[in-house]
Amino acid sequence: MAVCIAVIAKENYPLYIRSTPTENELKFHYMVHTSLDVVDEKISAMGKALVDQRELYLGLLYPTEDYKVYGYVTNSKVKFVMVVDSSNTALRDNEIRSMFRKLHNSYTDVMCNPFYNPGDRIHPGGPYFLCPYPVQVGPTSCVRSSPGGPYSCVRSSPAGPLITW
Amino acid sequence: MSPTQWDLPVELCCRPMAFVTLTGLDVVYNAVHRAVWDAFCANRRADRVPISFKVLPGDHEYPKCRPKRTSYEWYIPKGILKTGWMNKHLNLVPALVVVFYELDWDEPQWKEKQSECATRVEIVRQSLQGRNTKVAVVLIQKKTPLPPGEDVIASERAAALCNACELSGKSLFVLPHTDHLVGYIIRLENAFYEHAQTYYYTEIRRVKSHKEFLNKTTHQLLFVRHQFKIAFFSELKQDTQNALKNYRTAYNLVHELRAHETNILEIKTMAGFINYKICRLCFQHNTPLDAIAQFRKHIDLCKKKIGSAELSFEHAAWMSKQFQAFGDLFDEAIKLGLTAIQTQNPGFYYQQAAYYAQERKQLAKSLCNHEASIMYPNPDPLETQTGVLDFYGQRSWRQGILSFDLSDPEKEKVGVLAIQLKERNVAHSEIIITLLSNAVAQFKKYKCPRMKSHLMVQMGEEYYYAKDYTKALKLLDYVMCDYRSEGWWTLLTSILTTALKCSYLMAQLKDYITYSLELLGRASTLKDDQKSRIEKNLINVLMNESPDPEPDCDIFAVKTAQKLWADRISLAGSNIFTIGVQDFVPFVQCKAKFHAPSFHVDVPVEFDIYLKADCPHPIRFSKLCVSFNNQEYNQFCVIEEASKANEVLENPTQGKMCLVPGKTRKLLFKFVAKTEDVGKKIEITSVDLALGNETGRCVVLNWQGGGGDAASSQEALQAARSFKRRPKLPDNEVHWDSIIIQASTMIISRVPNISVHLRHEPPALTNEMYCLVVTVQSHEKTQIRDVKLTAGLKPGQDANLTQKTHVTLHGTELCDESYPALLTDIPVGDLHPGEQLEKMLYVRCGTVGSRMFLVYVSYLINITAEEKEIVCKCHKDETVTIETVFPFDVAVKFVSTKFEHLERVYADIPFLLMTDLLSASPWALTVVSSELQLAPSMTTVDQLESQVDNVVLQTGESASECFCLRCPSLGNVEGGVATGHYIISWKRTSAMENIPVIRTVITLPHVIVENIPLHVNADLPSFGRVRESLPVKYHLQNKTDFVQDVEISVEPSDAFMFSGLKQIRLRILPGTEQEMLYNFYPLMAGYQQLPFLNINLLRFPDFTNQLLRRFIPTSIFVKPQGRLMDDTSIAAA
Repeated sequence: MAVCIAVIAKENYPLYIRSTPTENELKFHYMVHTSLDVVDEKISAMGKALVDQRELYLGLLYPTEDYKVYGYVTNSKVKFVMVVDSSNTALRDNEIRSMFRKLHNSYTDVMCNPFYNPGDRIHPGGPYFLCPYPVQVGPTSCVRSSPGGPYSCVRSSPAGPLITW
Repeated sequence: MSPTQWDLPVELCCRPMAFVTLTGLDVVYNAVHRAVWDAFCANRRADRVPISFKVLPGDHEYPKCRPKRTSYEWYIPKGILKTGWMNKHLNLVPALVVVFYELDWDEPQWKEKQSECATRVEIVRQSLQGRNTKVAVVLIQKKTPLPPGEDVIASERAAALCNACELSGKSLFVLPHTDHLVGYIIRLENAFYEHAQTYYYTEIRRVKSHKEFLNKTTHQLLFVRHQFKIAFFSELKQDTQNALKNYRTAYNLVHELRAHETNILEIKTMAGFINYKICRLCFQHNTPLDAIAQFRKHIDLCKKKIGSAELSFEHAAWMSKQFQAFGDLFDEAIKLGLTAIQTQNPGFYYQQAAYYAQERKQLAKSLCNHEASIMYPNPDPLETQTGVLDFYGQRSWRQGILSFDLSDPEKEKVGVLAIQLKERNVAHSEIIITLLSNAVAQFKKYKCPRMKSHLMVQMGEEYYYAKDYTKALKLLDYVMCDYRSEGWWTLLTSILTTALKCSYLMAQLKDYITYSLELLGRASTLKDDQKSRIEKNLINVLMNESPDPEPDCDIFAVKTAQKLWADRISLAGSNIFTIGVQDFVPFVQCKAKFHAPSFHVDVPVEFDIYLKADCPHPIRFSKLCVSFNNQEYNQFCVIEEASKANEVLENPTQGKMCLVPGKTRKLLFKFVAKTEDVGKKIEITSVDLALGNETGRCVVLNWQGGGGDAASSQEALQAARSFKRRPKLPDNEVHWDSIIIQASTMIISRVPNISVHLRHEPPALTNEMYCLVVTVQSHEKTQIRDVKLTAGLKPGQDANLTQKTHVTLHGTELCDESYPALLTDIPVGDLHPGEQLEKMLYVRCGTVGSRMFLVYVSYLINITAEEKEIVCKCHKDETVTIETVFPFDVAVKFVSTKFEHLERVYADIPFLLMTDLLSASPWALTVVSSELQLAPSMTTVDQLESQVDNVVLQTGESASECFCLRCPSLGNVEGGVATGHYIISWKRTSAMENIPVIRTVITLPHVIVENIPLHVNADLPSFGRVRESLPVKYHLQNKTDFVQDVEISVEPSDAFMFSGLKQIRLRILPGTEQEMLYNFYPLMAGYQQLPFLNINLLRFPDFTNQLLRRFIPTSIFVKPQGRLMDDTSIAAA
């Protein structure tokens, strides 16, 4: 499972960032931020090819001693960054890819929310955070608890995380 | 920095080279020897063989060789690798000893010399007892040797010398001391190199031969040692491939060793050494990926081998060193041409090294926090007899003890304590910062700006821990803007918090205030209680008091800081700090907005300053001033409250100087613009908000332009994108996001209160003095002064129009080219309220077409605005488009005297010029007179009086005139003959008496004049009567210079009988005239055809009857026969 997930705006400020070991949040913030160097470089290197091939997954951005950082960029240049534990060998490229796709879907859902203003930070406990269903981002599955259910605008309780992994 | 315990030994890091000693050279006193030595050691470039030379005396004692072990059965090794071993083979035990000896082949005392040489060789051999070191002899000779085989004595003596010295022929060399010394030396050293390689080869064989005696149980350490030695000798032999292979084997063997807390350090140390060698060789072989893979494997294997928990900082230190060493190797390889990439560069290794160094610091902090009373143990357990360890990675107090049980726990305890106490003195921060700055340099190279910033933050924090606050602040301040500009508020807040601590501890007022301002702002992610604390501190500072210390600061540093703050209070001096906010996100936001994009000069300019505080508690400001591009307005836009310093917190919610958190405060400003600024832009250049008091400390927040800080542009963009409905607020409140900064406004002139009317009768007629009556009426409440009129052609139209349009105020005289197209600033005096004035303008348009005319009235008026008298200049303009048309069309035609149309006229024959003046004007025209000015070539037949004097023409009416003219013969003129001009004097019938008459000159068309040979004209009465004689006389004039033969015949007609010559042929002399008389007798009444006269000129066949008919009448009206009584009645009629 990922230890940290971040959604970064086109202008490179964080829209959403969440990490599981909450005690050292800052470390992950720095990690995500520094990974943007590689994301930027990859995007500029891909250039037009990226648009043509529609390959959004950027792959492993850089390895650190304890974590691996993966990147994904949408067509609108919104970046997703995922940090996984280096020791977690269960997560292969394919799993990471599918996790990103699920994250992308969730992000699209947020964008579809008429109460969400594109570019605003996504607050999991915020008043207008779209939560049609809890999303499980994991290597095994991403389960929609109520598939096809109508979207609802939920004022979530601050206690329960909306995205769990 | 001096080498520490963790630094890799020099002999490990260097490139091993074959060691050769040179003896018998006196490099101090003998110039020849000196030259030889210099040739060996100078300019050792890469193309020379890798040998390290050393000059030693001939009787030098080499390290003793221990007696050969015959059996390993009872031998138990005490450690893996002796600390001296590598150095011994690099610098002490030579592969080859060279004996230099001066001896020429023709030496007279050959025998003596030969035996001396043999003695020297023997001495060397003695000291190398038991070693496989080779010995070679070099004879330094003065003479150039002959080619081999030619010098018989030489080969004899050489053989003898070899024999005496027990040398093979391959080990004897001759070095002639001639010009080509360097060449000889290179050949020599190549030979030496071969000998050295043989030596190392035998050494490898020797070590390998031990293997078979070893057993796995007791000799595990020896397996590693031997493998390492083989690899090392291979390196000395320059066989790097085999060296690498053997090192790899050695590496695997190290990890096969049974590890225990007591020997883990030794294992790790050796693993680190071997790993270093492997990585180094991989880079050397240009297989960097192998190097990286090996290093990763090494780290993965060793990461968990922490060893003793009490000394876990040692593991961190070792790890850090591993990464650093690899980073150095990587960097070195890059310098030699390897290319690194963004995601794989030495920076990552330095970064990781720094990370372990930080961990080491943490561990040391928790493990080495002994009380001050605990003394360093005496005797020092870390001291050894020799000052160095026997084996790498062992504990000094139990060297060579292989047992896993601690034989002496007390001793162990003391040893650990000694290490811990020593660790306490290590300058950890210094190590960390060095590593971080190495990493920064690398990431800078590989396009990782954010990584660089992150590392700089870490450096800054490390400087903070190291209590070097100045450097910490410098670094943190440098990178802050990167995080701010990208909107990573969490990270920014964390950096700011550290920066605030630094500035507190140094009592840096301005920095302290700046960071506080931002930490209270909306970009800060601090909790409210923290913000509240910071705000209180800020207020304290502004009241010239000391702030409370920041949390988690070093107690001693806080004490120092408190003193510094106390000093600051007593220190008088500049206590006003101006802080430009455009580069950060302060807790007060400001927006300026003019009420309108433009203001009339007679209305006060109004704008609002909106302020909003994001801090947790209300805050009072002392002064707000706005600056403009025209500084004269600055004085009107100041709010100041004479509050005492201690009032900042009192009555916080009252008064407009107080900002309540989250509430938008609107401050209205008004001023009257200067009349000079009409047409100019007024811009707010800055807004200054002062917090605190000048008696205490005062901080001035300075917004450039109409407000906005580092974060507001992005926020404005978001707000503009947002389609959220904002909840309704009470009338006097506004949503902060909905306020759009408007920092400039235009000053425009006052709205005029006069009316301008134009009265005229369009269209204008070409060249007439067209009258335009301008009526100006004042509707102002007071008198208006200095009314000026500007009228005429509106500028900016076709340039040709300007030349053909003239304006004047005086209609009584025609204006000419010298008159302008636009009359400017015609003073027309003052006007009282309601009064009106009229001004007549005359415009003369020389060409047809439409023109825009401008009438611009300006005046001055005194106005009171905001209890201030100002003089306003107002103006009103009217434009009108006037069409100019021709007043009339003149048509001219030439006709014969019979009023038949003429294509051309005939010389000397009278014709008629008919003019036709058709009025095209919608208004009645009076033709005052007309005049025909004939060209010299034309003559008139009768007088040229005007026939249309004072004729009034309505639209569509025409006036015609007819003039009889004659054109004398002129010969053939190309393009015809000029006729002259027709001049019409006219004016509008409605125009006043004094308006001048306009003369319009019309150039008459040219006419083609043709000569004819014969002219015929007839004299006949105007009518005939039935049965009454009608005499007709034809005049035939010869117009040529020849005698003309003419045939004349008269064709009979039913209506007439006639008498006269019916057919005749006659001659007419040049210039004379022949008369033909006929008497016609009409038979029928009515319009009758005359009998036709046929004339045939023999000389001019072109002369036809057709032409003739132009000149002579063809028919006549015949009246019926009258009665006598009728005659009188007819005569009466």
